[in-house]
Amino acid sequence: MNGAQILLKSLECEEVDTIFGYQGGSAIPIFDALYGSKMRVIIPRHEQAAAHAADGYARATGRVGVCFSTSGPGATNLTTGIATAYMDSIPMVVFTGQVKTWLIGNDAFQEADILGITRSISKHNYLVKDVKDLAATIKEAFYLARSGRPGPVVIDLPVDVQTQECEFEYPQDVKLRSYNPTMYGHPGQIRRALKTIYEAKRPVIMAGGGVILSGASKELREFAEKMRIPVISTFMGLGVFPTKNELSLGMPGMHGSAYANLAITECDLLISVGCRFDDRVTGKLDEFAPKAKIIHIDIDPTSISKNVNVDVPVVGDAKNILAQLIQEIKEEKITEKKEWIEKINEWKKQYPLKYERKEKKWIKPQYVIEEVCRMADEDAIIATEVGQHQMWVAQFYSFEEPRRFLSSGGLGTMGYGFPASIGAKIACPEKQVILFAGDGSIQMNIQEMATLKTYGINVKIIILNNNSLGMVRQWQELFFDKRYSGTPLNNPDFVTIAKGYGIKGIRVEKTGDVKSAIEKILKFKGPILAEFLIEPEENVFPMVPAGKAINQMIGGMS
Amino acid sequence: MKHTIQALVENKFGVLSRVASLFSARGYNIYSLSVGETQDAEVSCITLVVEAPDEKILEQIKKQLHKLIDVITVVDLTRRGYVDRDLILAKVNKDEKIGEVLSKYMIKVLLETDEYYLLEICTERQHEEEIIKDLEKIGIQELVRTGRIAISK
Repeated sequence: MNGAQILLKSLECEEVDTIFGYQGGSAIPIFDALYGSKMRVIIPRHEQAAAHAADGYARATGRVGVCFSTSGPGATNLTTGIATAYMDSIPMVVFTGQVKTWLIGNDAFQEADILGITRSISKHNYLVKDVKDLAATIKEAFYLARSGRPGPVVIDLPVDVQTQECEFEYPQDVKLRSYNPTMYGHPGQIRRALKTIYEAKRPVIMAGGGVILSGASKELREFAEKMRIPVISTFMGLGVFPTKNELSLGMPGMHGSAYANLAITECDLLISVGCRFDDRVTGKLDEFAPKAKIIHIDIDPTSISKNVNVDVPVVGDAKNILAQLIQEIKEEKITEKKEWIEKINEWKKQYPLKYERKEKKWIKPQYVIEEVCRMADEDAIIATEVGQHQMWVAQFYSFEEPRRFLSSGGLGTMGYGFPASIGAKIACPEKQVILFAGDGSIQMNIQEMATLKTYGINVKIIILNNNSLGMVRQWQELFFDKRYSGTPLNNPDFVTIAKGYGIKGIRVEKTGDVKSAIEKILKFKGPILAEFLIEPEENVFPMVPAGKAINQMIGGMS
Repeated sequence: MKHTIQALVENKFGVLSRVASLFSARGYNIYSLSVGETQDAEVSCITLVVEAPDEKILEQIKKQLHKLIDVITVVDLTRRGYVDRDLILAKVNKDEKIGEVLSKYMIKVLLETDEYYLLEICTERQHEEEIIKDLEKIGIQELVRTGRIAISK
């Protein structure tokens, strides 16, 4: 077997059914091995999209996403996707072609030091110089990608290694003395955490993406309901706790709900599960949860006490730790937090997420999102790009289950959503997949309409068009004296663009047409693009200005 | 405060650059770094002298180092008893005053030419600066030093 065949065989051993990749001089042997193989290969129109699609595939399923490219420019085009996955801890294995081993370091044609480039944006990376190491390296890469705090792992594969012959033997297991993620919470810390929880009068849980990654949503719900503790879901955690549950407080932080931010500010105990206290969540650190003790459950020790000082750290897998906590609960020690829950319900009533519902010239983006949420299948997967529309979706779409919301949280990558929606639809063909995009971000990977057409991938594209890079425009309006520099966009006709790619497109200009348009696109058999002309000056509120405490919101409490 | 941190790592291609780029990517200050094999050829020892303005950053440095897949253990030697050394090689002017310096400290003359003495200095940290001061009076033509290595007591 040659290296490329070993690669494919190893992927089969890892039960990979789909890979996303793009041809090129240093990937030809891989494509040659794929010729006539059972492996499903999706070829996008840009390597960046291959990486994001693999990421979307991983987020929608919890499995490891796989993508590959040629060397040099192919590999550097993957890097935005690798960095995106790294920031959100998404398991991926990324193969990059490399120039021949004896040319490495010679500035050969299409050579780039992808190991050096991806060092700080991947969980780990490898250069395989000998085909005999290939199978074991792939085994290790998959293990690293999906275990502990997941993340992307890069394997750089010189083209001559792809053609070298060697016997195939896939290792049974991986042993790494230097890598042993802690899976269970220390019993002493579990007891300390519970004691702290029993003593709290105003506790609140903040659940993040780690809960989704560890599949701990069920345990989280059981724990919160048993202990009667309200739950905030961070942006990355949306879906871990049902929005409709009375204990749900939605999203905190810069564009979070006033009641979530007030709950954090007033609570006497913050139980953080699988979140890393990102600056978009905490606002001004000194004034974040000023009255609270903090319990921090996280599998990554570096996340603990990195940004906020933690009183009770519990390192380990969220699912296991929550199960440990549930098992140790002593019913008689659970207190009714009636006053606290009433207070929160009051805030919810007083300061709901809202927008101007009066019909005006332009369509309100929040209205489109609410209507899609109302009409779409309950288990629809929603992908977004980055910007205002992303925050409106986070605020106004209700996510009842995990893995239904795909969005670049940490890196904030415009251009992520569209290819991610493709990956998700391929992973979950039976589910409705809907993309919300802005007019700016859709153009970062708009060429993927060709991929939709080629494979008949049934993604519904909704563009909320305000002819502007709206989120930055909002900052300029509020903090830069309305000097709109670099934000107005001179856009193409999106419907015509879609048509050019052989995809149906519609434009919706009036609020009165929104419902029927959404009905139409959801019923339409096949991919379709719908552009909604939205209020150009609509802002995302509430908003915590940069550097302010999270209870100092613009527009949340008026 | 300066801390001497010892990391045992897999003796693999690229480990040093992973450690070095971790420090630059996260903006930690590093004074010296030295790396070499241990008694086990599969394990290298990286000794780092770092500046950590507070406990929180020191903790982060240790945890981030440990998070690197190829890092086996991380120990802050500053917290324990340890012995450390670095090696200085210096060319100094030919001057008879050198005799005084040589008798005062543990210094080896490796080479004597018409232009200079080549000295090897390997001593406790607190003496190094004294020695260098004394040598400056004689005239240092060239001086190089290794990063520090350390071992726990």
